[in-house]
Amino acid sequence: MNDVLRLDDVHITYHTSTGGVPAVRGVDMTVRKGEVVGLAGESGCGKSTIAGAILRLLPSKTKIEGTITLDGENVLEMKPGRLRAVRWTGASIIFQGAMHALNPVKRVGDQIAEAIVVHQQSAEKEARVRVGSLLEQVGLPSRRMRDYPHELSGGQKQRVMIAMALACSPSLVIADEPTTALDVMVQAQVLRLMKELQRELGLSMIFITHDLSVLVETSDRLAIMYAGKIVEEGPADKVFHSPQHPYTEALAAAFPEIGDDRFRGKPLGLGGDPPDPADVPSGCSFHPRCPKAFEDCPTIEPDLYPAGEGRRAACLLVPAAKERAGAHP
Amino acid sequence: MSQAEAATAGPAGSSEPEVVVEVRDLRVTFQGRVGFFEGLRGRKGTVSRAVDGVSFELRRGEVMALAGESGCGKTTMARAIMGLQPVDGGEILYEGKLLPRDLKPYRREVQMVFQDPTGTLNPRQTIYEIIAEGLRIHGIDRGPDDEPEEQLVARALSRAGLRPPERFFLRYPHELSGGQRQRVVIAGALVLEPEVIVADEPVSNLDASVRGEILQLLMKLRDDLHLTIIIVTHDLGLAWTVADRVAIMYLGRIVEIGPAEDVLLRPEHPYTKALLDVVPEAGGLDRPILTGEPPDPTRIPPGCRFHPRCPVVVSGRAAELGIEDRCRTEDLALQDVAPGHAAACYEAFARHGLEATAAG
Repeated sequence: MNDVLRLDDVHITYHTSTGGVPAVRGVDMTVRKGEVVGLAGESGCGKSTIAGAILRLLPSKTKIEGTITLDGENVLEMKPGRLRAVRWTGASIIFQGAMHALNPVKRVGDQIAEAIVVHQQSAEKEARVRVGSLLEQVGLPSRRMRDYPHELSGGQKQRVMIAMALACSPSLVIADEPTTALDVMVQAQVLRLMKELQRELGLSMIFITHDLSVLVETSDRLAIMYAGKIVEEGPADKVFHSPQHPYTEALAAAFPEIGDDRFRGKPLGLGGDPPDPADVPSGCSFHPRCPKAFEDCPTIEPDLYPAGEGRRAACLLVPAAKERAGAHP
Repeated sequence: MSQAEAATAGPAGSSEPEVVVEVRDLRVTFQGRVGFFEGLRGRKGTVSRAVDGVSFELRRGEVMALAGESGCGKTTMARAIMGLQPVDGGEILYEGKLLPRDLKPYRREVQMVFQDPTGTLNPRQTIYEIIAEGLRIHGIDRGPDDEPEEQLVARALSRAGLRPPERFFLRYPHELSGGQRQRVVIAGALVLEPEVIVADEPVSNLDASVRGEILQLLMKLRDDLHLTIIIVTHDLGLAWTVADRVAIMYLGRIVEIGPAEDVLLRPEHPYTKALLDVVPEAGGLDRPILTGEPPDPTRIPPGCRFHPRCPVVVSGRAAELGIEDRCRTEDLALQDVAPGHAAACYEAFARHGLEATAAG
């Protein structure tokens, strides 16, 4: 079996005082061994919720339906003990805002060692050796294990977070906005490091961000989310450079290429705002903001239709959607 | 002769667009703090030279992007132009006159749009109150054509794209989306009919699909109201989209300035080139990336302040050209390398056959 992770028809509903809020509404996704899948979308589209669901980190009253299979095991049916073992060893996560994810009163080396000791039952001494080599792997001298988080810069803290995520050699690493809080130059350094480690260790990764231009650099495949659903997926380069879904097109336009005359003096944007997950528009949830919407869009909810080699898009304008509509008038 | 003077002088002086704001050799420093006991022992805190001799001019109706890494002084620069930041040296001229001691009338002409719309808006005020507050502070109860306050507020909201404006009067910031909030902030600036808008990272806190709309709005305001706009940003793609001119800052100085096409497509300074190389989709991950953290303005290196990270110096090319000593020891000023395009780099000067001038 080559799939490290498989999501089948996953629905996630948050519990609030005013009723359920559907954050993820039917997502299928696979991550193959050694593959990097980029998950893109705006705030509220459900991308971080999916990350939380894979590691079962969501609030306890959250309803998760469907199956999430990690290394052949359904995460949603795991007992608490098994789940604790899987976190860090089966899948680990690099959170956004590394600045706040580290414990400020513990040496960073001890924090990394803790994960190793707890999960691999190795002795403190062995763990320490491993911490040193992990730090060197992420480009920090091993003596920095004696530092406290405040002694490190933002980029160095994010490197520590990466070392921690790799500590137990997990089969899947989820990076949730790993570089958004960093400066441009440091972002490039961290991205390059992640890409090198991924190649070297053959990591399977999910890379989550709203920045499509970062994803096209780091990912093999891209999945674009809007209002709790995947609206387009396919090879990263193709999705970014020739989007099939109008939403992907708009998202890509937010990261214009310098030198591209189409964007010079002409910022492209969408009207309106991303929808409130508690009040998703009918039909295609993107139709109120879509520049190409026509009369069917408010009533027919599009499936993910095949849209070229290895690509799928949930838009009624995709040729496959029109064929299907023609077959069943 | 500074780049600023070079642009105003010249034979075509009369056809050049009018200069609205001129900044001459501006300096802002921050005094670091020391502990109580260290203070008793006479220790002084380190001085951070956030803005360290910046000169440029802003022409009427242009959009200028001020770009650089965090800590380069771009936000301090913007705040100093606004009169929000006491300066330690240099001059700011508005329409050819030095800023007066009483900044209130000036502040009406030059308005700021901050980065985080949620933090800028008072959560307990209605949108109407928020917009009208500026008018009240400046004692304006009637518009130029004797319009009542309500009409002025409505006009500002509708110019900022919040239509129909009356629908927003009684709403609170938390009822609006991020994009709408940023429009309220812009409306708050517009209600005073300013000449200049200083926008500090105006879209970096917004969702990607909403950014374009806010930038479109700024462009439209520039065209319709003939506003002059400074956009402080770390995003060169954004600068490419909206800016007429781009200034690149490094450690409190402008190291390159000129028309956006020149600076972004034909960069002269190695730092500008490095910034362009790390724009993600440029394939930058396979190109050399500057090592090290953003530089520290309390420890500005001698010579060209970029030399410790400069690929031209590190690779040994500067030594081949025989400029390495100067790079390491002699501070240098901006100089025109092409019409309207200035840079501060010995290597660029050598390429263009220019003699360097010392930093003023």
